[in-house]
Amino acid sequence: MSGHVSQTAASTHSDHTADPWGGGTSPYKISYGKMMMWFFLVSDAFTFSGLLTAYGFMRHKYEDIWPTAGDVFTHFPMYDGHIELAYVAFMTFVLIASSVTMVLAVEAGHRMKKKSVQFWMVLTIVGGAIFVGSQAWEWYHFIHGTEHGAYLLEDGVTVMRHKIDPHTHVLEKDVFLVPVNREGSLTEFSGFREVSGNEAAVMKSKATHIKGATLKHNEYGIPLFADFFFFITGFHGFHVFSGVCINFIIFLMVVEGKFERTGHYEMVEKVGLYWHFVDLVWVFVFTFFYLL
Amino acid sequence: MRKKFYFVLALLSVVTIIEVAMGMIWSRDESMKEILKYSFIILTLFKAGYITMVFMHLGDEKKSFQTVVLAPYFILIGYLIFICLSEALYVGEFRPAVENYFGL
Repeated sequence: MSGHVSQTAASTHSDHTADPWGGGTSPYKISYGKMMMWFFLVSDAFTFSGLLTAYGFMRHKYEDIWPTAGDVFTHFPMYDGHIELAYVAFMTFVLIASSVTMVLAVEAGHRMKKKSVQFWMVLTIVGGAIFVGSQAWEWYHFIHGTEHGAYLLEDGVTVMRHKIDPHTHVLEKDVFLVPVNREGSLTEFSGFREVSGNEAAVMKSKATHIKGATLKHNEYGIPLFADFFFFITGFHGFHVFSGVCINFIIFLMVVEGKFERTGHYEMVEKVGLYWHFVDLVWVFVFTFFYLL
Repeated sequence: MRKKFYFVLALLSVVTIIEVAMGMIWSRDESMKEILKYSFIILTLFKAGYITMVFMHLGDEKKSFQTVVLAPYFILIGYLIFICLSEALYVGEFRPAVENYFGL
């Protein structure tokens, strides 16, 4: 018998201790609050899995014309050139680091070190705030788009965009890429074809100039890419934002000395579980949205 | 205990840097596409394993509780991924043939 839950439970039904499933004890040797947090995280993880699988479905369907994330997310603060995904890698590092500070806060809580818990929780909150800020910054650049923008063709869906050199990331002003329909289909595509010169000029004259991405159009290619980007990173960003808020509330409770009075820091452990989960989801979003 | 946390932080950061570097070098190389895809997925599962087992202390919970949390994943999400991706490839590749068959 270990842990305060099973002890309190066992004290009322002392004759059931032999069989863990006989009632009166916690068969998993885990407190009610922690177990419910786990169950919430399991259900939340299903939501994220659903979103990511839906993304995977569309991505496989439009495999041949799906934009490369490496072409889209190339900005880095205070640097004029293009580096692929460097900033996203930095964001990932910040989130993993804030997960470590959180786990250190939990560990300090086990030793009942109030000062230490406070210190690590502040670092966790700062890390979370940096991450949310970075995401806002990235959204800003994605919504704003490139200097030259792209052209939305007459059908209102197909985007004619500038060709980007895969190695230097420099945009070619006079060469455009247009998706090619698969034979006999209006909704399937088999890749891009290069358009330049007179043909491009004619197409441009009938098209609308667009910049950046919204839910309706996307200068980097298929609008679904932008839709999934806003939904998945937005949903995750909202989780991080709520995590920062909850962390801040728990931090105030620590400062106020509530857990010194209750005698344990289990609340920090519970919010810690949620915080690590947010980090866990980001690891998957990072791979499936940015790397692949 | 604390040493272990710092070790995991270093490990996860190194894996992330390796992933980004691999993407920068090989992402436009068609012949590397498949290898890259599967190595990214394996590395992600590796990172996810460390986060759940060490940071979330799932490794310290009872074996039966680990099963309760993880089993739904391997069964339901595994199935969802399989069915969605295979269907997506179907609508992507064979749709025109189906349309012709039904005279659409």
